[in-house]
Order: sequence, then structure tokens, then C-alpha cells
Amino acid sequence: MHYSKLLPAIFITALLPIAASAADEETRWNTVLKPEFFAQQTLEESDKVITLEAPVRAEDPSLVPLKITSKIKQSQDHYIKNIRVFVDNNPYPFVGEFDFTPESGKADIAMRIRVNTNSPIRAIAQMNDGSLTMTKTFVKASGGCSAPIGTNSDDAMSRLGKMKFKMEGDVKVGEPNLVQLMISHPNVTGMQMDQVTRFVKKSHFVKQLKVSFNDKTILTAKTDIAISSDPNFRFYFVPEKAGVLTAEVTDTSCETPTDRTVCTKGNTYTESVNIQP
Amino acid sequence: MRILLLLTLFMVSAPTLAATALPVKEITDGIYVHVGKHQFPDSKNHGEIANLGFIVGQKCVAVIDSGGNPEQGLALKQAVSEATNTPICYVINTHVHPDHIYGNSAFKAPGVKFVGHHKLTAAMAARGTYYLAKAAEQLEVNMSAADLIAPDIEVKDSMKLDLGGRTLTLKAHATAHTDNDLSVYDEKTHTIWLADLLFTEHVPTLDGSLKGWLAEIAQLEQQSFRYVVPGHGDVVTDWPQSLQPQKHYLTLLQTEIRAAIKKGRHLEDAVKTVGYSEKNNWALFDDYHRKNVSTAFAELEWED
Repeated sequence: MHYSKLLPAIFITALLPIAASAADEETRWNTVLKPEFFAQQTLEESDKVITLEAPVRAEDPSLVPLKITSKIKQSQDHYIKNIRVFVDNNPYPFVGEFDFTPESGKADIAMRIRVNTNSPIRAIAQMNDGSLTMTKTFVKASGGCSAPIGTNSDDAMSRLGKMKFKMEGDVKVGEPNLVQLMISHPNVTGMQMDQVTRFVKKSHFVKQLKVSFNDKTILTAKTDIAISSDPNFRFYFVPEKAGVLTAEVTDTSCETPTDRTVCTKGNTYTESVNIQP
Repeated sequence: MRILLLLTLFMVSAPTLAATALPVKEITDGIYVHVGKHQFPDSKNHGEIANLGFIVGQKCVAVIDSGGNPEQGLALKQAVSEATNTPICYVINTHVHPDHIYGNSAFKAPGVKFVGHHKLTAAMAARGTYYLAKAAEQLEVNMSAADLIAPDIEVKDSMKLDLGGRTLTLKAHATAHTDNDLSVYDEKTHTIWLADLLFTEHVPTLDGSLKGWLAEIAQLEQQSFRYVVPGHGDVVTDWPQSLQPQKHYLTLLQTEIRAAIKKGRHLEDAVKTVGYSEKNNWALFDDYHRKNVSTAFAELEWED
């Protein structure tokens, strides 16, 4: 328990109940995350490029569904190049970066994430011309016995690396088709040794995802521990004809839950499925 | 000299005397239960919501679940000392949830062994930091890592504890309510303390495996017990009748989630549609049901 961190938080909450809360919400973003990830860049805040949907309360902090919907059709000269997602108040706020191509058809991405505490969740879309648009929502933490780490990771571990593609409806040629990718992986955050339990466990999570159709890249993603165990993504691709949809997933293991300086190279898992429109 | 000694004694025991005993009821010979209120843990109840209690033998007392905060642990300890002069030898933690283990530090003393499922330590380590932050934020309880006490004795499959004149059988269950559920059976009175393997009135909360829990239920249903102590809800004496509402709820979740998955529904849709016919049958349904569906969905989608 870090009292030094906890006590000022309680102090602030007690003294400034409502008036300051809106400003507080932006503190970590303005002082830490924006300078780290978007130094000297201008972010327009609007829902014109993408929208973000999440539950108001994270009933299950280990599985918070997050859906990003693009309002732009991906074309060769005008497309969303990437979307970056953050949960400001998570121990490791960076959730992932999702890179799209014109072949993605539509730059939508749905996922399940961990939310540790009351926090803004934000998604920043970058267009192919470099312009940046941010959209955000606020998720309230849940209470009770639930936690961002489920107690049952044995199942995910026993089928580590197993993947499934699920098509959402009949496949149509020349149109964006929605597909779900399920990845079996514990995506564990790791544990720092504490004096009581003497327990130490390295983090073990999916750090990269690459999806292609007939060798053309549709989606690449860089992800971290805020992605729930058994990572689950939904996204679009445009098949011009029958072909093979392939996912390649690489994991890693790092010494501590929040430090990425000492990590070991993990394994790569692949899964392919024939698509017959 | 004598006055000084008395004074010293008084000073040492003062904090213990200060605690008001937790109300407990002797349900059968030597088994004392405090029945918690059906409330969501918050800053008003400070996490004091679970059933707690103790079993008294001729040589030893075993405390079962220690409380929702250290202060409630002290109140439970006071209840023990008002019921018997027999010393506490064991504190049994039935699983990792805060409402059951946050009173641990109140019992820490020479001669007291903490007992838990062999996966309890890992669960405490995985969730400890998070839980402690939540204790301050949501329960307004200030705790440190020293209040979370890992088991001295880990139960792998099953284990017997001799309390003198009565023997408790501890069973480490496969993943069900959580992955570290431990039940306590007292042969002398045919009482089983199921803790959160059984919920009555209070909606069951799933934090382990739906299929695993249903499998444990199927086994427990075959056995006969005179008294059954749930983790939340009143002590029951009509086993296995009193298990049926929970079995029905969990079975319904399984059936409806499987159907939703088959139809291509997503997790976020399922939490809005599955299981709502049970809404009026349970206390705290709105607080926990969606989380139950979410956990079960993530498990069942890997079935085929």
C-alpha cells in the first residue's frame, strides 16, 4: 500500500468534492499522458471521426466492453491510419494502438479492457494526413468483490495461443465485413512481490497483433495489459474474392506490471481461416 | 506493586475490551454464526456484509472468515471470548473476497494459524494492491498490506483440523465461486460451512467458473447435512432444498448465455438481456447480475 499516493487522493476528494472533479479528470492526461504520447501535437476534440462506447459503470472491471466506431469510409486517399486508446487512471494507461489500412474498409475496433478505477477513457484517431481527433468517455469503477484480475486464468493458460475467427453474418464481396477474433491468452498483469505473500509473477501479455487477408494487411495492433484476458477484437475487412484471413499474435513477459524496460521475447501464434463469400 | 501489575494488565487488554462483541447465534452445539446484511459493500457498512463465525472445540476455536475490516475482526474476536475461554488456534479464510478476509489482522497472535485454499496466496497477491486501494476509496477503511495475512496452512485437497472433541474437515474445491473456495465440515453436528459456495436470498456472485460451480453444486446436492452455513443469507436446515434457487439461477445463466453465443450476440448485448427473469428473486440483483453474465460469457464462449 502506497500511503504516500493514497493519502493526497483522499485529501483532495474530501476537500474538493464536486467543483474540482472535472478538472481533476484531465490532470493525468494533461500532465503525463499527452506530453508523453502527443508532445507538441494538436488534438481536436470531437466525435466527427470516431465515437467511443463503454458502459457508464464497469460492472466487471476485468471485462469492460469498448467499441470504437468510425464515421469515415476507408479509401486510398482518405483514411484513418491509427487509433490509440488510453485509460488515464490505470496503472499502465496505454491500452493499445490499432493501425488500419484502406483495405480495412472501416476503421472500427471493439475490444474488452481492464478498468481499475474511475477514469476517462479516450481514443485518438490519426488520419493519413496526420491530423488527430480525440473522443472520450468516463467509466466509473465498480465496487464489491470484483477486480481487474479474474481469479481463473488456468483455462486461458491451458489453451494458450488458441484463436478463433467468427464472421458476423454472411461474407459479402467488395464490402466491409465484420469479423471477431478471439485469442486465448491469460494476459496477466503480473504481481509485484509484497512482504505478506512473498509472491512474484511476471506479466505475460499479447504485445502485437497482425491480421491480413490474402497477405494484405488489414489491422496491426500494439497492445498491453489493459486488454482483458482472452483478448477479443472485432474489426472490418474487405474481401474482393475468396481467400485466407490470417492472424498472427506475439506475446511477451516483463519483470513488473508497469515497467517495460526489462521484457523477454515471447512466442508467436498464428491462425488462418478460409473465407468463401 | 500489585496495583501496578493490575494497571499493566488493564492497559494491555484495553483495546480488546473496547471492542463491542459482534452479534452471533449458536446455531448448534459450539457453532456460532453472525449473519451479515444484504448490502453492497460501501462507505456506510465499511464492508461488513458477510456471514462470519467460529466453531468451539475442547482445545481450540476455529474462526471461519474474519470480517470485512480489521475492526469487525476485533468485534468477532470479542464475540469468541464472550462465548468461550478456549483459545483461538485457527483462522480459516474461505476465499479471497474482502468481506471475508479483511478482519485477519485482528486475530494475528502467537499460536494462531491462518488456513486457506492452496490458491489463496496467489489470489491475495494478484488482487491485494487493488483491493487495498478500494478499501480506502469505497469502504473508507484504512488498511495496509500487513492486514492481508496469507495462509500459514494451505489446503491442497482436504485436511482435518482437530479442535479437541470435534474434527473439522476442510475441503479445497475446484474453481467455482472463485478459484480458492474452501468449505468446512463439522462431523459432530453434520454442519457444513459452505461460505460463498452457497448464497441464499443474496444473488450469487460469480468470480471463478460457472461450469465449475455447477459441478460443485451437483456434488454437494448428493450429500446430506443438518445445518448449512452460506456466505450470505440465513443458515439453512432443509438441504438440498435451499440450494435450488442458486442452482436454478446459475443454470439459467448457462442456458441463456449459450443461446446468445449461438446467435452471435456479443458480451455487451448479453449483459442486457440474459437472466432478467430472475430479477425479483434476489437481493442485490442489480449490483451483481451483469458482472455474473460477463464472467460466464467469457468462459462459455470458448466451449466449442
